[in-house]
Amino acid sequence: MPPLLRIENVVVQFGGVTAVNNASFSVEPGRITGLIGPNGAGKTTCFNVISGLQKPTQGRVEFLGHNVTHTAVHRRARRGIGRTFQRLEAFGSLNVRDNVRVAMDIRGGFRGALRRTTQDADLLLERVGILDYADDAADSIPTGTARLLELARALACEPKLLLLDEPSSGLDETETEIFGELLRELASEGTAILMVEHDMDLVMNVCHEIHVLDFGSIIASGTPAEVRANPVVQKAYLGYSDDATTELEPVKP
Amino acid sequence: MDALLAYTVTGIFTGAAYAIAASGLVLTYSTTRVFNVAHGALGMLMAFVFWDFSVRQGLPSWLAFVLVVFVVAPLIGVFVQRVLARGLGEAPVGVGLVVTVGIFVGVIGLAQQIWPPAARPLNQFFNQSGTHIGSLFVTWHQILTIALSGVVAVGLYFLLTRTRVGASMRASVDNPELLQLYGGRPDVVAALAWAIGTSLAALAGILLAPIVGLDYYSLTLLVINAYAAAMLGKLKNLPLTFVGAMGLGLIQAYAVGYLPSDAAFSGLRAVVPTLFLFAVIVLMPQAQLRIGQVKGIVSAPVASLGRSVSFGGVLVFAVAVAVVFLSNSNILLLGTAATYAIVMLSLVLLTGYGGHVSLAQFSFAGVGALAYAKLDSPNLLGLLLAAVIAAFIGALVALPVLRLTGLYLALSTLAFGQLMDKLVFQDSHAFGFNGTLTAGRLSVLGIRFTDTGSYVVLMSIFFVLVAILLLALRRGQLGRVLVAMRDSQAGCATLGLDVRWLRVGLFAASAGIAGFAGALFAGLRGTIGAQDFQFFSSLLLVLVAVVWGVTSVTGAALGGMFLMLLPVLQSDNPSIAGLAFAVVGFGAVALGRDSNGLANRLFVIGRFLRDQAFEVVRSMPDLRGDQDLDAEPDLASDEREVTDHAAAASH
Repeated sequence: MPPLLRIENVVVQFGGVTAVNNASFSVEPGRITGLIGPNGAGKTTCFNVISGLQKPTQGRVEFLGHNVTHTAVHRRARRGIGRTFQRLEAFGSLNVRDNVRVAMDIRGGFRGALRRTTQDADLLLERVGILDYADDAADSIPTGTARLLELARALACEPKLLLLDEPSSGLDETETEIFGELLRELASEGTAILMVEHDMDLVMNVCHEIHVLDFGSIIASGTPAEVRANPVVQKAYLGYSDDATTELEPVKP
Repeated sequence: MDALLAYTVTGIFTGAAYAIAASGLVLTYSTTRVFNVAHGALGMLMAFVFWDFSVRQGLPSWLAFVLVVFVVAPLIGVFVQRVLARGLGEAPVGVGLVVTVGIFVGVIGLAQQIWPPAARPLNQFFNQSGTHIGSLFVTWHQILTIALSGVVAVGLYFLLTRTRVGASMRASVDNPELLQLYGGRPDVVAALAWAIGTSLAALAGILLAPIVGLDYYSLTLLVINAYAAAMLGKLKNLPLTFVGAMGLGLIQAYAVGYLPSDAAFSGLRAVVPTLFLFAVIVLMPQAQLRIGQVKGIVSAPVASLGRSVSFGGVLVFAVAVAVVFLSNSNILLLGTAATYAIVMLSLVLLTGYGGHVSLAQFSFAGVGALAYAKLDSPNLLGLLLAAVIAAFIGALVALPVLRLTGLYLALSTLAFGQLMDKLVFQDSHAFGFNGTLTAGRLSVLGIRFTDTGSYVVLMSIFFVLVAILLLALRRGQLGRVLVAMRDSQAGCATLGLDVRWLRVGLFAASAGIAGFAGALFAGLRGTIGAQDFQFFSSLLLVLVAVVWGVTSVTGAALGGMFLMLLPVLQSDNPSIAGLAFAVVGFGAVALGRDSNGLANRLFVIGRFLRDQAFEVVRSMPDLRGDQDLDAEPDLASDEREVTDHAAAASH
């Protein structure tokens, strides 16, 4: 039985810069995997490669045992890869409910024109906890809320693999806790979650497994406890994670 | 052999001039992500300034040349980048196109206003003198052009590889944010790129003007040849751009020399760059989806079905009353306005809802008109068939760019418009060279609308029907998805939507509506020709649509009236004909960033007036309690504003 997602020796180069350098890892159903590392380490680029928005210079992406390295973005989505974005990609001029309805429209292939999607959409909004914003324009809601909206939108397509790019930034402590619960719940339903996240408490609490990226390479992998104890990781990343200013620049090991 | 050599030299000369122009285009596009449709227009303007300095004011040619290329052009380039095109790189592709098309039309208007049409001979440098290479006579002007293209190539190479600012330029091609992060100065880079880019446009314009003539349009449209060359390098690669330019120049020269000289091929020669462009597009590799949502678009209000029907009824009634009182020629003008308004509805669908730009809607209208006239069955079936044929052609235009980004779709419509103008419409199987076709008035269910007045009322009914259809679509599932696609392509794709095919469908539907309008226009006028569907009108159409509001059917109605009045105004006041273009062009530059346009401002005024009326009615102190609503946070009041706009929407 192949893993749900496997990326093998992925390399991405922009001009002279290597954003992802020979990264390999896999993701299993029902598990939450964390992808951490300093800014500019190549986490979002990894997500773009997995979802198909970025062609890798080298390497291979497999989903459900199929090679999807050259598969179009929308086909991967239909096979079950859903994602959210670090820099938001909400449909700003639609309201929050319609954002989710669009996802349902696309998922239903326009056949369900007469289906009542409003209630389904509201159920999803309630699940991620933003039903109060249903009638607001997506442009006008707070960032944290918009991230949850992107989650709801992705969930509307019932993904097998969910890529979450910094989903908790913009949420306060309580909201983050509730959000962590939601992630566990989704995982227990069988959804695989791959998450880029800077909130170390959240990562350490909910992830089953963590990969640490630095300068495009995976420098460590393991359970939260293992990663926390890894001296290389401490030096490259964790030691600085509380200091917001150093996060802006990659720290050389 | 001598002939071959002669054509080769001509080809290299033309290619050298294209290379100069194209490298300027590449420089500005790659550093600021703004595709400057007006690049050729700026070159044309500079050629006129050069003529003014050297011929009218009598400065020595070399001094005029230095002043224009090294002083005036860079200053104008920086002005355009800083003032007119500011922030367009981050804006949706459609906005950048509209604004630069605005500059394009505005600059043409400006040139016409400052230098009214007249014969302005411009000598080649060194007065046609030259030298013999073997048995072949080559002018010094040609040699100078070829040498200058070499200087430009070497100069750009050194700038980009050996200087710090050049390195910043290259970095901003790859990743502008990274550049900023590492301490580069994107604003300096952008200004410098536009200064050099405009200088290169000026250089190309000045070198080509003695050959192609000092003409507003032919110099301006050289931009199409330039970007056809630049596309070989995906608008980013300078060496490939030079290769493309030389290749294009040579192909053009050989086409002149070796294609049979009968009439059928004369049009073909004129569209060699267009065909080259389509060939390059088909061969281009798959583009990656643009990541990055479009922000800050406030949707224009969408009226409910009841409202659209009642306002539509009012409009038709008003037209019916008007045709009773208007003279026959004015009724024809009203019908023309209705045609333009329906063509604008096609842009409401494509640009307003879908966020894509077409610069050839009148060409599609022409296809519809041509089909209607050729089918010669003036009934609803013939009308619909004409629309379907136009839609089919629209799909054909959109298909080659299926794998590419929206910018290329717009650029290929520009090329398509040229192709129709110069080759297809003038063909003897179409309207013929300076020819016309006749078309019958439409009959609906056996009733023939021979009277012009009743025909125009019928046209207004069709306008209302199409408008109601569009609004229904916008309110529904498909409309929602269209808006989503406009706001974030990456978002839509990661939800499983094939944005490429939806775009083809959208484009075809829009072309179909334009064709429908064209067919109605053919019935209105009875005789139609190629000059009714000129490519330049399509540019004006886009600008006027955006100025009046391309997101609402109200904007389309008002824009249609305005576009009809524009030539009337110009022929009544020939002295300000150029100024009128300049106003439309620069008006679109000013308003292009808000595609809701003037119509939306009218909705706001309408709401304000209604509120004032309410104020008077409820001046009773008891009813003041309602005012508490104003104490709510901004968000809620904004939202109310939107719903109120919807209530004020009219058609």
